[in-house]
Amino acid sequence: MKHPFPFSAIVGQDEMKQAMILTAIDPSIGGVLVFGERGTGKSTAVRALAGLLPPIRVVKDCPVHCARPEDCPDWAVLDDISTHDIPTPVVDLPLGASEDRVTGALDIEKALSKGEKAFQPGLFAQANRGYLYIDEVNLLEDHIVDLLLDVAQSGENVVEREGLSIRHPARFVLVGSGNPEEGELRPQLLDRFGLSVDVTSPTDIEERVQVIKRRDAYENDHSAFMLRWQAEDAALRDRIVTARQTLADLKTPDAALRVVAELCINLGSDGLRGELTLLKAARAYAAFRDDTVLTRMHIRATAALALLHRLRRDPLDEAGSGARVERIVQETLDA
Amino acid sequence: MTPWERATLALKLLSIDPQRLGGMVVRARVGPARDALLGTMDAIEMPCVRLHPHMGTQVLDGEVDLSATLSGGTLVRQRGLLDRPPSLFILPMAERAEPALSARLGQALDAGHSHALLALDEGSEEGETVPLALQDRTAFHVALDGIAMSDLAPIDLPQDTVALRRLARAVHVPDDILEDMVMLANAVGITSLRAPGFTLNAAQCHAALHGRDVVEQSDVSAAVALIYAHRATKLPDQPEDQTQPPEKPPDAPDDPAQTAQPNDILLDAITAALPPDALVDLSTRGPRRATGSGSGARRTGNRRGRPLPARQGPNANAARVDLIATLRAAIPWQTLRKRADPARNGPIFRQSDLRKKRYDALSDRLLIFTVDASGSAAMSRLAEAKGAVELMLAQAYARRDHVALVSYRGNAAEVLLSPTRSLVQTKRRLAAIPGGGATPLASGLAAAMDLAQTAAQKGLTPTVILLADGRANIARDGSADRALAHADATKLATKIAAARCDALVIDTTNRPEKTLRQLAQHMAAKYIPLPRADAKRVSGAISASLAE
Repeated sequence: MKHPFPFSAIVGQDEMKQAMILTAIDPSIGGVLVFGERGTGKSTAVRALAGLLPPIRVVKDCPVHCARPEDCPDWAVLDDISTHDIPTPVVDLPLGASEDRVTGALDIEKALSKGEKAFQPGLFAQANRGYLYIDEVNLLEDHIVDLLLDVAQSGENVVEREGLSIRHPARFVLVGSGNPEEGELRPQLLDRFGLSVDVTSPTDIEERVQVIKRRDAYENDHSAFMLRWQAEDAALRDRIVTARQTLADLKTPDAALRVVAELCINLGSDGLRGELTLLKAARAYAAFRDDTVLTRMHIRATAALALLHRLRRDPLDEAGSGARVERIVQETLDA
Repeated sequence: MTPWERATLALKLLSIDPQRLGGMVVRARVGPARDALLGTMDAIEMPCVRLHPHMGTQVLDGEVDLSATLSGGTLVRQRGLLDRPPSLFILPMAERAEPALSARLGQALDAGHSHALLALDEGSEEGETVPLALQDRTAFHVALDGIAMSDLAPIDLPQDTVALRRLARAVHVPDDILEDMVMLANAVGITSLRAPGFTLNAAQCHAALHGRDVVEQSDVSAAVALIYAHRATKLPDQPEDQTQPPEKPPDAPDDPAQTAQPNDILLDAITAALPPDALVDLSTRGPRRATGSGSGARRTGNRRGRPLPARQGPNANAARVDLIATLRAAIPWQTLRKRADPARNGPIFRQSDLRKKRYDALSDRLLIFTVDASGSAAMSRLAEAKGAVELMLAQAYARRDHVALVSYRGNAAEVLLSPTRSLVQTKRRLAAIPGGGATPLASGLAAAMDLAQTAAQKGLTPTVILLADGRANIARDGSADRALAHADATKLATKIAAARCDALVIDTTNRPEKTLRQLAQHMAAKYIPLPRADAKRVSGAISASLAE
């Protein structure tokens, strides 16, 4: 298996990259939804993200990657409770996945061959403390979406079936990508994503040529290409780690809070979730830039990412909310 | 280049570097041409694996072999097809591939570029095509229909493909040629960046095939003709079709892609490769049908819905095992089986004990709006009808129904929108319906019925909603003969009733029209006269009668 395409080598698509970096700095922002046409590098970016994330420290035998032995779920069989570092898990949720596979279910092998009642963890367990990636998220079967909605909100996976009563932590950053032409996303699921990005194919010829060239180099001259870009990825990873530390000391003046609230009211976004996400995203952005105080500039830069998909949308409206957000952001921040 | 030469060239290039080129879509019914093409596939130096469009993704990814596990008492895993060494997957009846399968295959083609795909598209209808996710990831698309036996020439694939592949990957591509390729893709409205990537690789293969180590104009022309022709969404000198999906920002005119002129030679190559009716196709090509969850849902699936009694199943691997029912089936035999095999602990299971879960799922509904856009309607009620459909769309959105749009005017009907859930597309199409001309009611009904039947085969429940204004005056053959037109419409109405397709006739004439009431009776449809109605009333009437 080849290394995935390096994150820093992705040409353009700055908004998408930005959004992903912000969730890496503060996972509680709650994930990214990337919507756009085919062949714009959506899945390339998500796969590249895995190489960018700092490792996490986990208990060796813990099926849900807990940091400390006392956090591990009681049903897990722990033979080895020493800790070690693993890469941040980025788990794929395939479209055709069965409910059992996603939530985990009775371990059929053990049940039938040994007569034991044991739990086989599913994708939610694997994705704990990491990322859960759904390609073509708008084509996901409704019953899987239902499972996802609940878990993404509560951070806990509850399995009550076939005589099992199991719960375990399932906190993950949800990353979805899809092509809006193929179907819409249920508004409830839309809500679960912290940030959303619309990607379009670059229209600049130079940029497009650059994409083709880099792809060609990645395939033909793999090791040299990786050597060149992995260094940049490492630098970016260091920035993310530093930003995580800066984030704790970042000052949030009341004036900034007021601007955020005002912005959300003016836009008429549903609920307080938008406000909270915008605040977190803006703070993460400030930390990434190594600033010490949250200012209007940070809010302006992240407003569209955090709010675009939260506006009460007429289902027949031609998705023209981008311009509206831009206008209101302009008005509110310049007031 | 004849279609057969085109196919031959595509196959030659593919045989050189199947992994980089991703594969090929072959659109053809079973026939000598397809057989001849497939017969040469053995020459490709990759193991071939046949798939089936209804295969579950667990076959691709591997899973626990339940029956072997049970009889052996230890965990036996089946290796998934995707875990095999790089192979050429052959997907027959690719137009029937389920979204989950095509998405998984697409991911596999993306990851590491080790597998290749040959999708055999046997679709007969306009809308029945290979899922776009797969079309985008395979370089070539060849159509073999209409090739006569006499056109078939033997294909001699290059012998030493391994050496050629090595050569091809080292072929140099000058920067200006690369720029031409990218610019042309932009000019013909190809947004996906995979296409220029494929073109680069195909041009390299073409150059290697002709013993060159630098890509020349002719290589690019050949590659462009094979790769861009079927992806093009517009011709460069055409204004951007307003119904095309990509939304260009308003400041687009300044960007170099629009002003820069693509290389004319390349453009000629691609125009020559476009089928003669391509332009018609381009202007009417709707967004392809949505493949959202549920559009293919069998009525009795084994994944979701209301539980049905468990069944003994030969293919228990693909389904969820109903443990309780399985245990219940196995328990009576335990004493007997223990006697035969006293050393074993725990209950002893045989394959025959396995019971799989079944569910009864409601299939999704498809609303086919058939709108009269003739002159009389345009004068009075077309705007109202459009408004009503829009209101209905908002409700369809809430209920997650699929919608399709057919309009009839002049001397033919037109499917403006194949079944989709994308409301934005529907609304755009709807707003763009032009009015005027005669009333070919029969053609409208025929188009609606075709859609209904295709949809029913896919597991949707179609409902035809006819918004008619006045009686038919154009027959199906296009002649302006009122009596014949009336007879045609009646005939089709009876057919719709015979197909047991739900229907609704909304009469939007100023005074209720007797012939329309009769037509509704023939269709076994509910008849709703709406003299001087507004959009809200039309929509209200529809939802009231659908709710019954």
